[in-house]
Amino acid sequence: MSWLRISWAWRWAVLVAGIGGWQLWTSRAGSSFFPRPSAIVTRMYHLWFSGPAAHVFLTADATGNLLPSLGRVLAGLAIATAIGAPLGIALGRSPVVTAYLNPLLQFARALPVVTMAPVFIVLFKIGTQMEIATIVFGTLWPILLNTIDGAATVDPVQLETARAFRMSAGQRLAWVIIPAALPKAFAGFRLSLSLSLILMVFSELVGSSSGIGYEMSNASNAFDMTFLWSTIVLLGILGYLLNELLAGAERHLLAWHTGKGRG
Amino acid sequence: MLEVTNLTRAFGHGAAAHTAIEAVSLSVAHGELVSIVGPSGCGKSTLLRCIAGLIAPTGGRVVLRGVPVHDVPDGLAVVLQDYGRSLYPWLTVRDNVALPLRRTLRGRAARRTAADASLAAVALAGVGDKYPWQLSGGMQQRVAIARALACDPALLLMDEPFGSVDAQTREDLEDLVLRVRRERDITILLVTHDIDESVYVGDRVIVLTPGPGRVRADLPVRLPESRDQIITKELPDFVRLRTEVSRLVRSRDTRAVS
Amino acid sequence: MSHTTVTGGAAPGGTTRAATRARRPARALPWARGAAGVVVFLLLAEAAGRLGVISRSALPLTSAVLARAVLLAGNGRFLADLGATVEAWAAGMAITVAAGVPLGLLLGALPGVRVATRAIVEFLRPIPSVALILLVSLLLGPGLRMSATLIVYGAIWPVLYNTIAGIDDVDPVAKETHRAFGFSRLDTIRMVSLPSAAPFIATGIRLASAVAIILDIATGYVTGPINGPGIGAYIAQQSSGTSDLTVILAATFWAGILGLALDLLLTGAQRRLLRWHHTRLGETG
Ligand SMILES: Nc1ncnc2c1ncn2[C@@H]1O[C@H](COP(=O)(O)OP(=O)(O)O)[C@@H](O)[C@H]1O
Ligand SMILES: [Mg+2]
Repeated sequence: MSWLRISWAWRWAVLVAGIGGWQLWTSRAGSSFFPRPSAIVTRMYHLWFSGPAAHVFLTADATGNLLPSLGRVLAGLAIATAIGAPLGIALGRSPVVTAYLNPLLQFARALPVVTMAPVFIVLFKIGTQMEIATIVFGTLWPILLNTIDGAATVDPVQLETARAFRMSAGQRLAWVIIPAALPKAFAGFRLSLSLSLILMVFSELVGSSSGIGYEMSNASNAFDMTFLWSTIVLLGILGYLLNELLAGAERHLLAWHTGKGRG
Repeated sequence: MLEVTNLTRAFGHGAAAHTAIEAVSLSVAHGELVSIVGPSGCGKSTLLRCIAGLIAPTGGRVVLRGVPVHDVPDGLAVVLQDYGRSLYPWLTVRDNVALPLRRTLRGRAARRTAADASLAAVALAGVGDKYPWQLSGGMQQRVAIARALACDPALLLMDEPFGSVDAQTREDLEDLVLRVRRERDITILLVTHDIDESVYVGDRVIVLTPGPGRVRADLPVRLPESRDQIITKELPDFVRLRTEVSRLVRSRDTRAVS
Repeated sequence: MSHTTVTGGAAPGGTTRAATRARRPARALPWARGAAGVVVFLLLAEAAGRLGVISRSALPLTSAVLARAVLLAGNGRFLADLGATVEAWAAGMAITVAAGVPLGLLLGALPGVRVATRAIVEFLRPIPSVALILLVSLLLGPGLRMSATLIVYGAIWPVLYNTIAGIDDVDPVAKETHRAFGFSRLDTIRMVSLPSAAPFIATGIRLASAVAIILDIATGYVTGPINGPGIGAYIAQQSSGTSDLTVILAATFWAGILGLALDLLLTGAQRRLLRWHHTRLGETG
């Protein structure tokens, strides 16, 4: 316990020291490309977190640009999961169908989704739909392929046990196949989460008129370095929080998996 | 109770075909505990899977209580060889035992009570909330047995159930099976490669030939009903029988003896 | 937290006994089925276009896209773009591996350092590399240096994390045995930890490669042709002011083939270099 607390303290001490060093270095260098962290934090506060208490201190800019961006990321991931997870389970349990689809799936996964952006712009017009389409198309394949792999490699002894106890198809699915496929499905989802942030920013840079990426694009044109840095730091924090959320869900749902690995 | 006639099972086709068991016939009466013994790879698990209806035989038939077996029949429970992999690591011990009861028992509370009772019967009360991988091999094995017993089967099939536990635990588990058998109205078919075990727990010992498995001998065990790990194993009858089984298992002769 | 369990979507199925039994009489079946699947897909897509299920004004016919793709393959300008994309990918991946693996070994071997740098790493990692495109293009100016920098930033994490996970996974008995023979810590890392972590590292590199291609093309797309040739710049240019998607989809087709080819290249290299690992797992190469 105490060891854990010490390592925790260490971790944050090093982070604070790093930021301190960064502050010192930028103050000394005085380069316009590298604003001081204190300036970045002040800017972030004024930009996004100085709103009224009724809006949880979020400013109009935050509710108008940050939250929609975040919402599109989550919507894209939700759609990709809603398609990829059930389809992955079904395909994982149907090796013959998967054999027919495998080259197409491998191609789709290897396709760098960013080249599809113009297609989505034409099909869905600039804005939310195009952005969600890009995120869904980019994040679907890791979830789908990893779920297929997870469902296809369920231990045969576990399946035979289910048959020996005459579990119904539904019971086998709910209590054996899905739990067994979950660790690999999660691994795919973790990849998709980091991809979704990349695709969110990308599609807002090239095909949106609002959101974090769009604001970055404006700031870059105006040579507003502090703003650019603020969004980067914000994205770091956002990504960190999303990762922590996912790690929490994994700890909860896959406790048996990590525990088993250790034992 | 159970009639197996001319049971044959081959794997693969054409030149690659491989016969695991060939023309196996045996019958088990109600309430009997029959051991099936044979060297590794002789087709013991294949035989058990055919009897359980988990795989279809390529020849012959299995009749359980007058009904031919095609799928897993009612009133039958199996403890598979690889117990470590047959318990679901994502479920607690109690949920593992309660899962098969979903088919027969309505209500979470009722299943929970039945699972706990079954765990208590194998002296595992109190570990219901643990996960299988937190238990020792012997305890996991008892969970697998508790899961099978919870369904209250008329016929229990066990495939080398004590394969990878230490000698002491193994003896405890053998006595556990004997106790279960005394306390319940149950017929048990136990597959093992351990000769002492087959004689110690069985009413009859069926010896299989090395692959493809055929019935080499079907020997009655004439030992007192109540058995003891020390006393029974010193009896001249026990020693004589185990020596005979041992000779049969080791011999390369594949003909049946009467 | 790590990416280790990601299999990278290796061809699924085929591990059950039933599958092994079914595979014997028909080895060529998966290929035939895969090819049939592709053909059926193309025919369906073509039919959907011709029958008006998919409006022809929205999406061009599959045959038109494929014909255009064939033309593109003979187009010197496009080939130069393709080559430039591969070049940036190779440069970025070389730096990623050269930096990521030693860094991973260091953090893997020194848990104290890993714990201490954990918070910094956990904040840096999720920053999407594309968010740095504008900043880095202002800092470094357009060109290969900028593309490579962005690729390395995005691609290094899977390599780093998988290396650490691989080191964590090394059998302590093997390590102690080696140390007991009097080898130094550094020798032990080089002779025991690194080889046994190699399969993890290889998986990390394949994941990194996929990210690298995306970043490579995204960078070119966002900055446009001033960043030099590349598929991203090509697509940005071709898509401006037109809604004809034929050439875009044809270029996308080649981008997909490129992605597949690079992945096959890495998988092949992995199989060759890690033969012992595959034989141990009973896979056939
Ligand atoms: N699903 C299967 N496919 C192919 N061969 C099998 C299969 N199951 C068992 N066999 C073969 O049948 C023979 C008997 O196996 P098994 O019944 O497991 O023996 P035992 O349980 O007595 O050790 C072995 O040679 C084994 O390789
Ligand atoms: Mg067996």
